[in-house]
Amino acid sequence: MSTTETRAPLAAPASKARRDPAARARRTLVYVLLTAGLIVTVAPFLWMALSSFKTQRELGASPPVWWPSEWTLGNFRELLDRMDVGQALFNSLLVAVFVTVCNLLFCSMLGYALAKLNFAGKRPIFGIVLGALMVPGNLMLLPMFVMMSAMGLIDSYAALILPFAAGAFGVFLMRQFIQAIPDELLEAARMDGAREWYIFWRIVLPLVKPALATLSIFVFLGSWNNFLWPLVATNDPGKYTLPVALATFATDPTQADGSNGVLMAGAFLVVLPVLLVFVLLQRFFTQGIATAGLK
Amino acid sequence: MSTTTAQAGTPGAGQDAVVPKAQDDGAGPDRRRRDRLSRHNLAGWLFSTPFLVLFLTFMAFPIVATLLMSFTDFGLRNVTDPLSAQFVGLDNYTKLFQDDKFVKALFNTGYFVILGVPLTIGSGLAAAVLLNSGIDRLRTFFRVGFYAPVVTAIVAVAVIWRFVLDPSEGLIAGLGHQLGIQTPDFLGSETLAMPSLIMMAVWRNMGSAMVLFLAGLQAIPTEVREAARIDGAGIFQEFRRITVPLLRPTMLYVAVMTTIGFLNVFEEPFVMTDGGPNDSTLTISLHMYREGFDFFHMGYASAMAYVLFVIVLAITTLQLRLLKDKTS
Repeated sequence: MSTTETRAPLAAPASKARRDPAARARRTLVYVLLTAGLIVTVAPFLWMALSSFKTQRELGASPPVWWPSEWTLGNFRELLDRMDVGQALFNSLLVAVFVTVCNLLFCSMLGYALAKLNFAGKRPIFGIVLGALMVPGNLMLLPMFVMMSAMGLIDSYAALILPFAAGAFGVFLMRQFIQAIPDELLEAARMDGAREWYIFWRIVLPLVKPALATLSIFVFLGSWNNFLWPLVATNDPGKYTLPVALATFATDPTQADGSNGVLMAGAFLVVLPVLLVFVLLQRFFTQGIATAGLK
Repeated sequence: MSTTTAQAGTPGAGQDAVVPKAQDDGAGPDRRRRDRLSRHNLAGWLFSTPFLVLFLTFMAFPIVATLLMSFTDFGLRNVTDPLSAQFVGLDNYTKLFQDDKFVKALFNTGYFVILGVPLTIGSGLAAAVLLNSGIDRLRTFFRVGFYAPVVTAIVAVAVIWRFVLDPSEGLIAGLGHQLGIQTPDFLGSETLAMPSLIMMAVWRNMGSAMVLFLAGLQAIPTEVREAARIDGAGIFQEFRRITVPLLRPTMLYVAVMTTIGFLNVFEEPFVMTDGGPNDSTLTISLHMYREGFDFFHMGYASAMAYVLFVIVLAITTLQLRLLKDKTS
């Protein structure tokens, strides 16, 4: 709310702006441009959602039919026949939940140490965190595959979870939030004889719940959408995550014709939960980016 | 509550925020200070352990291993027996630049970055400035809409766009038909496939640039703008003299992050075109993936990964230099 107040004077005092035709014209232009942009952004999603309910005839219609005249669940049924959606959904969910829980714990632990404890090695560790933010994931791909093969972990949940169990981004985010907790509060607890773990668990974590919420959304969506590593680390369709299952299906040459509707149904299933989570919790999301992105 | 936290951390806190706060030296007897330090030492290391173990196993070790592998003929048989790989010196690296496909992939990746990054930054900035220009209604609505592609799985995005661009059943082909225009087969054309992927990548990444710019814009104090207004600055002057300079740190961050992401582009060509037609959308990462996991030329693929890494480092450093110098 405060943002609206600080912004209002920009267009000159509010009462004047409303009467000023130039300001009004400008505001109309802004809305027109934003709406145009929004249409371009959202149209493909709408097209996908509607197409997944279309019949084969309307999918191929020219000119394109936006609104299905006859709604069908046929595409979804065919998808379930051809792809083990339930298993993929379960795999994605399981991996995402474990990855999220691990990140919440490990990242806030290190975030706390970096923000509030003075220990030898703090600077180099923070340097490692910053460095890790910059390294592209592709660099780890090949030996990680060899490593997992050597350990017999290909096609295991461990292979899908462990490499993502603690991300540098999360450490950075948690450190930013934990730094804002007043030192006096922690010092007082220390005076009373509290141990660091107690302070972390009982005082720090409850105070940074919004940050934990932010991080969990980030990590969960990141894991849900992750593609390259799960693609490499799984050969058994029974361990495919949803994106891998969908991509395997989409790039399979034997599925070539007449599967557009089925693919749209698949995309719809991948996208829907994520978009719902995002729309409901978007406040945390944009906040997290702003915090971690700009320090 | 957390909004204040977010904003408190935002303005002014530059690189020096990295430096840990000095212990307040005066207070308390020396003994107690030393006790506390050692206590912090132990706790600090214990709290760091899980991250460090995971970091060493899944990042530091693989990074070093990639480098070592790049000097060997690491192949399929070495997956079960890594130590039997033969040292081949710089062979993989010299071979790279005689590999027409790699040179093409290098060119394609450059094309993708040079066109894609400025378009992403430009559209993200435009959206942020519009959202920040005094509209109070629907701002969240627009922001959520623009950001939606960012949170969508790339595979789903690719499936959707493949359908949108489909020459016979696609949305664009259909609209073209209605207008009496024969639309081209975007993904099937050597000249149009890459621009199509770039368009898709811009669509997908614009939202994250926008959110960062929006945060940057909101950190600019209102007084500064008001002062400029009173001095008679117009909209464009205000944008050029106030917004752009004060947004420079954000610009730097967005440019670096977008460039790193775009240099590593893999999913778009993998799912949309599989590098085709005729390798016109083959990128470095995709070529590396194929050499590594389709043909198991893992030593060779490792060399490619390192060349890409060096390119990323070089460009990032250059960007940091160029954009930082202008600020000071």
